[in-house]
Amino acid sequence: MRPFGLLDTIACPLPFANLDTDQILPARFLKRPRREGYGGFLLHDLRFGADGEDVSSLSLDDPRYGGAEAIVARRNFGSGSSREGAVYALADFGIRCVIAPSFGDIFAQNCTMNGLLVVSLTEAQIEELLASPEIVGAKPIRIDLEAQRIMCGDASYAFDIDPLRKTKLLNGWDDIDITLTHAADIARFVAADARERPWALPHRPQGAA
Amino acid sequence: MRGEPRTLIDKLWDSHAIVRRESGDTLLFIDRHLLHEGSFHAFEQLKRRGGKVARPDLSFAVADHYVPTRGRSAPIADPAIARMVELIGTNARERGILLFGLDDPRQGIVHVTMPEQGLTLPGLTLVCGDSHTSTHGAFGAYAFGIGASEVAHVLMTQAIWQKKPKRMRVRVEGKISPGIGAKDIALTIIAKIGADGAQGHAVEYAGAAVRALSMEGRMTLCNLSIEAGARNGLVAPDETTFAYLEGRPFAPQGEAWVRAIDDWSKLASDADAAFDREVTLAAEEITPTVTWGTSPEQALPIDAAIPDPASVADPARAAAINDAIAYMGLRPGMKLTAIAIDRVFIGSCTNARIEDLRAAAAVLAGRRAKVPGLVSPGSSAVKRQAEEEGLDRIFREAGLEFADAGCSMCVGINGDLVPPGERCASTTNRNFKGRQGPRARTHLMSPAMAAAAAVTGHLADMRELVKGRI
Repeated sequence: MRPFGLLDTIACPLPFANLDTDQILPARFLKRPRREGYGGFLLHDLRFGADGEDVSSLSLDDPRYGGAEAIVARRNFGSGSSREGAVYALADFGIRCVIAPSFGDIFAQNCTMNGLLVVSLTEAQIEELLASPEIVGAKPIRIDLEAQRIMCGDASYAFDIDPLRKTKLLNGWDDIDITLTHAADIARFVAADARERPWALPHRPQGAA
Repeated sequence: MRGEPRTLIDKLWDSHAIVRRESGDTLLFIDRHLLHEGSFHAFEQLKRRGGKVARPDLSFAVADHYVPTRGRSAPIADPAIARMVELIGTNARERGILLFGLDDPRQGIVHVTMPEQGLTLPGLTLVCGDSHTSTHGAFGAYAFGIGASEVAHVLMTQAIWQKKPKRMRVRVEGKISPGIGAKDIALTIIAKIGADGAQGHAVEYAGAAVRALSMEGRMTLCNLSIEAGARNGLVAPDETTFAYLEGRPFAPQGEAWVRAIDDWSKLASDADAAFDREVTLAAEEITPTVTWGTSPEQALPIDAAIPDPASVADPARAAAINDAIAYMGLRPGMKLTAIAIDRVFIGSCTNARIEDLRAAAAVLAGRRAKVPGLVSPGSSAVKRQAEEEGLDRIFREAGLEFADAGCSMCVGINGDLVPPGERCASTTNRNFKGRQGPRARTHLMSPAMAAAAAVTGHLADMRELVKGRI
């Protein structure tokens, strides 16, 4: 996974609350293999009409925000379905960071697994950002994960992030490699657990495969 | 930790912690891993890494999201959908995972059929690449939805890294009025705390009204935890839980069953255990509730009216209300009961268990629906039972279609869609824009309320239609 370094980018405003994963990636696109790319389906039904015509009034399709690698949105971004396709759509579109007051838990975790950073700021800070000359005027902001700061013109916003999530993003590490180093711990747990919870294994009914 | 009073959440966490890091991240052992057609991304990742499935014996697969609900004897017409159903079969077979495929009598929605089979038990951890995995918490299991990369992780390690959520208790005290269901309780909670009100929390549901719920009702309640943003929802196991589980095919038998009951009886939160947050509702105040907007938090009692954004001070909130009113094609101040509907859907992992079908049938019996509608039972077993009880006849005589089991019109990816611009009274879990199809308009409600909408042609109070019936 690509490490998350210092990011200087235009940030695209999507001033909506509850942008759920059904809107980020409508379910009918979920059956496509990842290698075909999901970027063209990002927020599809807010951007394209029934015949695929461009009906978008989103900043995402405003040429001034072309190449934006960050999004600023209102509360509860990525709520709903656990579909990782929503993160594939963002990533394949070129988005590397989403800034909002709150996020769906599973969505936030899916972002980390794919090297995307989610930054939670307060609702007041988000409103300030949305009204700032940098966001309104499509000028770059700086996202500094190492320092846990967003610099937007003269304003600077500190953000919290879980230390392990930060380390993984900064280094581009993958959970599976880390977990496989704990194989012996898992085996020890399983052995002890068989005595603690003898009922936990599924009973195999007669004739079950 | 020992000696300190602990909640149900703490007890489940402690009994599954393999490694605890200073950062608070914990590697949890996973007792059951449930898979469906959507898990194909994870199998692709597994293949790419050359990985092996660590515990096929703890992994169970089912075809539910993409399966047709009609004409199952014929091949699936849409090749892309057919491929999805085939793919879960191939992946399960290659990896030695038991599959409840399209022709299996155990086929059904993952969150309906796995509990029916006794695969969901108190004291377990359970994950699935589906956000409504919170359903299984109804048994006192620690159950949550995960993304595809995490599914790949669990396939390879049978464990998952989690940060311990904050603990929240939602008590519903008192006695629920007749005809009011778990769906009404859940929508009332979500409207009260918000669609992100429980973010970062595990929620234990407690109180007399929750204890009085059947397992079906508890599953509906826990299912909708995710719509309040919760990581998961739980109900402490009790006699209701044990009675439901006894004798189910994969549930413990004999000595293991006796030991299990003993262990499960100790899972309830200790009397003086502390929660990070408490919310209390009075059951008597809960009335039939429906959503009017495009987020589950936009829910109101059936006798209420559409809110007026002009009277909302916060501009971001007013904008959200305006946006929802425009998408839903409504007017501020309009009575909810004045909203005419185009169709009904009774189904989904939220409300398609036998009790749900009985509640809908109680309203529909001897009546005709004014709009078309689809009833998709939660599992093939629920379908068989409904037929034994004659519910299928009630649905058909009311003019509704009684189909096969699957996720169906809740998410529409099998082709069961609400046409653009149409308004659907739905027993599902998400009224998001486009959820049931592009430009589809969804009103969430209980099965009895969906049935009431069907026979009146508009959103309606089911209590007026069941006088003398329940």
